[in-house]
Amino acid sequence: MENNQKNITVSVWRGKEEGGFEEFQVPFVEDQTILDLLTHIQRSVDSSLSYRFACRVGMCGSCAMQVNGKPRWTCRTLVRNVVENDALKLEPLANLPVVKDLVVDMEPFFDKWQEAKGRFEPAESPVQEFAPIKPQDKQRAKVDEAIECINCGCCYAACDVVESNPAYLGPAALNRAWSLINDAKDFANPERLKAVSGDGGCQNCHTNSQCVARCPLQLNPTRSIAGLKKAVALATLKGEI
Amino acid sequence: MSNRIEFKLWLLHRLSAMLLGLFVVVHIVGMIIAIQGGLSSAEILQRTSGNYAMGVFYSVFTIAAAVHSSIGLRTVAFEVLGWRGASINLVLTVFFLMLCVTGISAVGGLVL
Amino acid sequence: MKTNRDKKEYWASFVQRWSGVALALFLPFHFLVLSLILQGDEVLDGFLYWADAPLVKFAEAGLVGLLAVHLLGGVRLLVIEFFAWKEWQGYLISVAATGAAATGCLFLLRAF
Repeated sequence: MENNQKNITVSVWRGKEEGGFEEFQVPFVEDQTILDLLTHIQRSVDSSLSYRFACRVGMCGSCAMQVNGKPRWTCRTLVRNVVENDALKLEPLANLPVVKDLVVDMEPFFDKWQEAKGRFEPAESPVQEFAPIKPQDKQRAKVDEAIECINCGCCYAACDVVESNPAYLGPAALNRAWSLINDAKDFANPERLKAVSGDGGCQNCHTNSQCVARCPLQLNPTRSIAGLKKAVALATLKGEI
Repeated sequence: MSNRIEFKLWLLHRLSAMLLGLFVVVHIVGMIIAIQGGLSSAEILQRTSGNYAMGVFYSVFTIAAAVHSSIGLRTVAFEVLGWRGASINLVLTVFFLMLCVTGISAVGGLVL
Repeated sequence: MKTNRDKKEYWASFVQRWSGVALALFLPFHFLVLSLILQGDEVLDGFLYWADAPLVKFAEAGLVGLLAVHLLGGVRLLVIEFFAWKEWQGYLISVAATGAAATGCLFLLRAF
């Protein structure tokens, strides 16, 4: 280690909904992630700091938080890419209740996932013939575009509509519903179409694309929600739901 | 879930938008043509008086605009001011009816 | 401004909302002025004389610009919501902004 190592000032949210920022001086290390930096604070400075992580490699979706005001996955975010004037501000994910420090309660997020019927529902009786789904199938391509979500909640925290309307199901849940609606082996419609067009449904989306800007996997929930709007609109006009 | 009324209002907002998209283009083009050399009521009446096609066009335009703006304002009232429920619905129903009445009576005055 | 609002889509939505509110609140006055015709030519002409002032013309051009930006931004939304998503749709925001500015300028050129 160099003797005259550069420090960065990290302001970390401490407490619950009520609380304040605490500043830490942390040595800057090339290629360190935000998560590395938090681990340094917890192991070397203040062991009472709470934050959440599991896989450390961008698969589990548990480490997201607000970094300088933007929701990011901290295990794959390099400090040098986001540090501003040698300073960082770390807060719990927006639009979710704070448990402690940087840990939020993800329950409302997952409740809405269920509310949007975000789980696969097979046919009621065993199918005799399986529907073939070819790789070049158009509907299958739509599913492909919408999968790989890791439920990190970045889109939910970035969404203006969730902020102004707490009933809104949010980008992740609606994106999931869209991937299932395009799954030929799923049989939850038309109930799912109804589920995504209740008071907190897809029609609330303002097409701001803040979710698109913040998705660490470059998914496009805005596109999925636009697909839902059209599908529900057509079904409503035809009197199917 | 209230019979998916929110979604139906959104759909009505979009359907009225599709109509308005056509109407507004005609309106803007007509306006830019008409504005040249200033406006006078004689000149306006000369264009509109007895023009029943224009009367129908602007009556439908008025209703579509009243529907579209009332639903739009309702969303803004909720998301910006947190104002929702019976009171805002009443205010906007009055706003909608007022637009329809004043708009169509003005169209009547110009055409008939 | 919140730090996470860093996409042009956010600003498109912002402009769409507030131009819509402005237009909705303008509608009653617009209809009121047109209703003046019901009270006789000279009443409307009195207003039109006032409306001939340069400042009013600039305000009118602003309204025409708002109408055009709401129209073009609205077309963009309808394209996104009711047609298949294409990457080129990102350019529609620039097209809407340019088209609206051009419409406002054209109105001004004709008005003077």
